[in-house]
Amino acid sequence: MTRLTQSGKEIFRYTPLLLIALAWEMVSRLELVSTTALPPLSEVIVAWIDMIKSGELINNGIASLYRGAAGLALSIAIGATLGIVMAWWKTVNLLVAPLVEVFYPLPKSALIPVTVIWLGFGDGSKILLIFLGCMLPVTIGAFNGARSSEQVLVWSARSMGAHKLRMLWDVVVPSAMPELLNGIRTALALSFILLVSSELIVAQKGFGYLIGYLGANGNYDAMYAVVLSVAFLGFAADRAYLMIAKRVLAWRE
Amino acid sequence: MAASSQIVVDNVSHLYRPPRGREVLALDQISIEIANREFVALLGPSGCGKSTLLYLIGGFLPVETGSILVDGIPVVGPGPDRGIVFQHFALFPWKTVRGNVLYGLERQGMRKEEREKRAMDFIQLVGLQGFEDSYPAQLSGGMKQRTAIARTLAFDPKILLMDEPFGALDAQTRGLMQSELLRIWQRTPKTVIFVTHDVQEAVYLADRVAVMSARPGRIKTIVDTKFDKNDRDIHKDKGFVEKVDELWSLVREEAIKAQGKRI
Repeated sequence: MTRLTQSGKEIFRYTPLLLIALAWEMVSRLELVSTTALPPLSEVIVAWIDMIKSGELINNGIASLYRGAAGLALSIAIGATLGIVMAWWKTVNLLVAPLVEVFYPLPKSALIPVTVIWLGFGDGSKILLIFLGCMLPVTIGAFNGARSSEQVLVWSARSMGAHKLRMLWDVVVPSAMPELLNGIRTALALSFILLVSSELIVAQKGFGYLIGYLGANGNYDAMYAVVLSVAFLGFAADRAYLMIAKRVLAWRE
Repeated sequence: MAASSQIVVDNVSHLYRPPRGREVLALDQISIEIANREFVALLGPSGCGKSTLLYLIGGFLPVETGSILVDGIPVVGPGPDRGIVFQHFALFPWKTVRGNVLYGLERQGMRKEEREKRAMDFIQLVGLQGFEDSYPAQLSGGMKQRTAIARTLAFDPKILLMDEPFGALDAQTRGLMQSELLRIWQRTPKTVIFVTHDVQEAVYLADRVAVMSARPGRIKTIVDTKFDKNDRDIHKDKGFVEKVDELWSLVREEAIKAQGKRI
């Protein structure tokens, strides 16, 4: 009963989306706007099905997801380690903190041409860009989280025979987890932004490439189909991430 | 006394250096010797440095002036020969009751079946069977402190350092925990140093009570407080009541001094 009403509520929450979809279809059918600027949603859906059938969407999607996942994974592994090391060793913090402060506000899309010069037009430049763009939110989350670890927990672990590195792994890392997971969520959203923008500018495959290519050729219903696919993937990734994070932090009750 | 002393604190002073502001002399020339399996309470007003002394013995703070020997060896850092129980439990919130109790045993490299069994034994000892898979956030204050005590006892330290362990509990739970601690202590005798500002608690639990002065912390006097721990009505015993009164007046002087200094 409660579970039913719960999922009912969830669906109800998204009715505005349905209204927008209807409105979209109507304004386009009634030609209130130019159908080249906004083809009817039903035609976008037809185009979407065609692209799935031809494999165009899947192939480009796999290319994009590979880049996004690789860049994000690197940023999490290196970013989290850096943040925790900074929180624990003052000298590292003194050396790295100014770099973080200067680099943080830089719009990472400005680095798209730079990464292309370094690594060319293929996967490498996109992965590097996503890694650079996503690392700092992870680092900052890990840093703040690690700094919040309680003295008495550190002492407890030490008094039970944990040497320093062991204690770092057993106490500081889990203490940092809530803020670290928040940082990773930000990084996840950024990874989609950087992925599509870098592919729009220079790429031979991927979602961004497809959007740019279809748009340039006036194939607008297919272009919209790709835009909607990316939007949905971003949303689904965020929801899935939240579910995982909730499980990891189940102890917080 | 000296020959059988397990812990020797000799002329220890400690300067507290806050991140901002002036440094404060927290402990001033403290000397005390504690015998093997003795139960000693450190009693004094808030801010008298009794916890600081405990942290120094635990090796959590560096001994800068004077010396602290445990079994003849100078303390240079924390170690599993000295287990500690904190006022706010200091449980690992991401570990279950079982996970917390297992932690020290894992660090000792005990075999899996052996440590699982030992953890369960100690969870039972503190009466938490049925809660082994609960997280600390799901437990009451008393249960959290039982878990913390089980966690510390399980890895079998020779010395038990207790930092106002019942200070965060309500009065009823505190009374229960006191008699429970005595029961456990009689079963697994250890040297205990117990920090408290509760006079009755100190007299009830300890063999000797060291009364500390207001800041800078000094040991004002050490009073023998051996009573029959198994007597349920010890609180009404005349000798007990007089001892509590005697200690109360000693502590009150210091508490007043401490207040005066703050104003």
